[in-house]
Amino acid sequence: MSDREWEKSSGTDLKERLSAREEEIEELKARLAEWEKMWADIPKRDDTLFTSISGREVGSLYSPEDLEGGPGYLGSLGFPGEFPFTRGPYTTMYRTRLWTMRQFAGFATAEETNERYKYLLANGQTGLSVAFDFPTLMGYDSDHPRSLGEVGVCGVAISSLADMETLFDGIPLDQVSVSMTINGPASILFAFYVAAAEKQGVPPEKLRGTVQNDILKEYQAQHAWVYPPEPALRLIVDMFEWASEHAPKYNPISISGYHIREAGSTATQELAFTLGNGFEYVERGMARGLDVDRFAPRLSFFFDVHNDFFEEVAKFRAARRIWARHMKEKYGATNPDSWRLRTHAQTAGVSLTAQQPENNIVRVAYQGLAAVLGGTQSLHTNSMDETLALPTEKAVRIALRTQQILAYETGVPNTVDPLAGSYYVEALTNQLEAEAEEIFRQVEEIGGVVPGIEAGWFQKGIADSAFRQQSEVEMGHRKIVGLNAFTEGSDVVEIDTLSISPEIEDKQRARMARLRAERDHERVTAALSALEEAAGTGANLVDPILECARSYCTLYEIREAMERVFGSYKEPVFF
Amino acid sequence: MPEGDRKIRVLVAKPGLDGHDRGAKVIASAFRDAGFEVIYTGLHQTPEMIVSAAVQEDVDVVAMSVLSGAHMTLFPRVKELLTEAGADDILITGGGIISEDDMEALHGQGIGRLFGPGTPTGEAIAYIRDWAAERSGRANQASRSWEAP
Repeated sequence: MSDREWEKSSGTDLKERLSAREEEIEELKARLAEWEKMWADIPKRDDTLFTSISGREVGSLYSPEDLEGGPGYLGSLGFPGEFPFTRGPYTTMYRTRLWTMRQFAGFATAEETNERYKYLLANGQTGLSVAFDFPTLMGYDSDHPRSLGEVGVCGVAISSLADMETLFDGIPLDQVSVSMTINGPASILFAFYVAAAEKQGVPPEKLRGTVQNDILKEYQAQHAWVYPPEPALRLIVDMFEWASEHAPKYNPISISGYHIREAGSTATQELAFTLGNGFEYVERGMARGLDVDRFAPRLSFFFDVHNDFFEEVAKFRAARRIWARHMKEKYGATNPDSWRLRTHAQTAGVSLTAQQPENNIVRVAYQGLAAVLGGTQSLHTNSMDETLALPTEKAVRIALRTQQILAYETGVPNTVDPLAGSYYVEALTNQLEAEAEEIFRQVEEIGGVVPGIEAGWFQKGIADSAFRQQSEVEMGHRKIVGLNAFTEGSDVVEIDTLSISPEIEDKQRARMARLRAERDHERVTAALSALEEAAGTGANLVDPILECARSYCTLYEIREAMERVFGSYKEPVFF
Repeated sequence: MPEGDRKIRVLVAKPGLDGHDRGAKVIASAFRDAGFEVIYTGLHQTPEMIVSAAVQEDVDVVAMSVLSGAHMTLFPRVKELLTEAGADDILITGGGIISEDDMEALHGQGIGRLFGPGTPTGEAIAYIRDWAAERSGRANQASRSWEAP
């Protein structure tokens, strides 16, 4: 019966109905108690944990009783595309547009990665996602002494606009959306990207895509930082401001739980730390005087999708509801786009095993299914060989095919939020939301996100959870197929792996030497001093950084110009 | 102080630019629970920083976690610098995403056992204990033969 019909019912009718409902609930409770008594007497398996991977106690059965007392269907779920967005950020979800299949890729130099991108696009991938090498992630040039041995090994080496031009050679940036995983030096790589698009004749207002640019989770979990929190947050707000004016279709941040979870957190910590970081960015933007409804619609998210199937589905649903409620009720946003949480998802790299690596294909398929049932907007499925090396072409193709099978063969995308109404999934969604609210309160108590980072509060919480998970596996309580159960007694890896030749580093150094010799030195020096000067004032730094990029200043030169003013970050060390 | 009474001192180190410290922190906690004296360097250490910490802290073992693929540069460099510092009796061990071929090649260059993904922490603990027991056996033998004549 719809709400309107309820309203039309006469008072007597309503009373009768309510009392019938109460009777039904009483009967349900009595029957449930009986069932629980029977359940208690039957022996259960004692060879495995019945808690979730996050350590959550999981009930053996859920019933309408678990959903009593909430704000009802319209209050807690509503319809897809409507507040509080529990059922999905868009009205028609995958009926109108499937999620973007976006495989994270990058290795060696820009040339090799450019070829891989063209291969992925030719195979039906619908977006690109750039993996940078460690020197780039930390803001070092390929020819810096600290980069030795790491150039192009874990991702692609990009040290200047010249490398970025090569990376997207022949790939029209007004047609393909590109996501870039870069944080500490995000503003610099973003400037290289904007400048590379300009060279293709594509203005910033036509750019679609995302730069990760989430420094808070770097301090908490992934650890690729450059500057201390305050100047780093200033740069991020500079990007919000610049993008809302010049690149309105581009997401200047992807607030990420992925790395928090991979570092060992529970699902609740991932959810709460990530959204808490998101609220911190909102507050920083508002403190700058930006209109929340201008920048909040472009904030995007990125979550992990781990093994514990239902907990993961519930996590995505809870994330949307929490974000919507806080944005509307706490921050006073009035634009529904500010309430709407849009997210990327990646299957859990940390769940993959080096032993019997082909089993990883199956893990990834289940995780991908959970992400789609959770309503993700884009998805990276891991390749089976990622605990061994960067993925081979074959492994990446299987990972992409896994998404295509999910999209076109299973029928799963045809119905929006098909697990809604499951007593278990709804109870988990409510529980995750309540737990996240409790963590928000704790963060407030310790003085906020930045003081929490400085005190190591987040880092310690993550490390403790990681240690618990490791102990469960080592004690054999948590079974991992091929690792501590159903092992084959041989550690020999039976699949091919990709190796990066050491000559890549020499090749990239030679490119750098050429660039340094050929560029306009006066322009380089002028751009760098202008940036340094601007850093000392309160000015928005995106334009000065962009001028450095266009002048072919290198990544490290630009990093250093700001570092002279900002200093660098020192982590609190503990274990 | 006799070797056997001293706790085994281990420097857990994260060389290079790789920020993935989940493994390093888990192994540091496991070593501490096993009764080792543990010093953790924190992230983004150069080989020079690691060797200087190892010498200053007078450790028995340097355990490095490398997930970045830069192990073929970082492990030999730490070995080289330890030798230069006259501390080549320190055991270098570690773990990360390191292929078996690379493990073997590094072993040939004087690096101890390296552990891949999924190794129980107990295996690394047992390896270090065995190494220490063997070394102290060697030391006792050496001191007996010196006292003997």
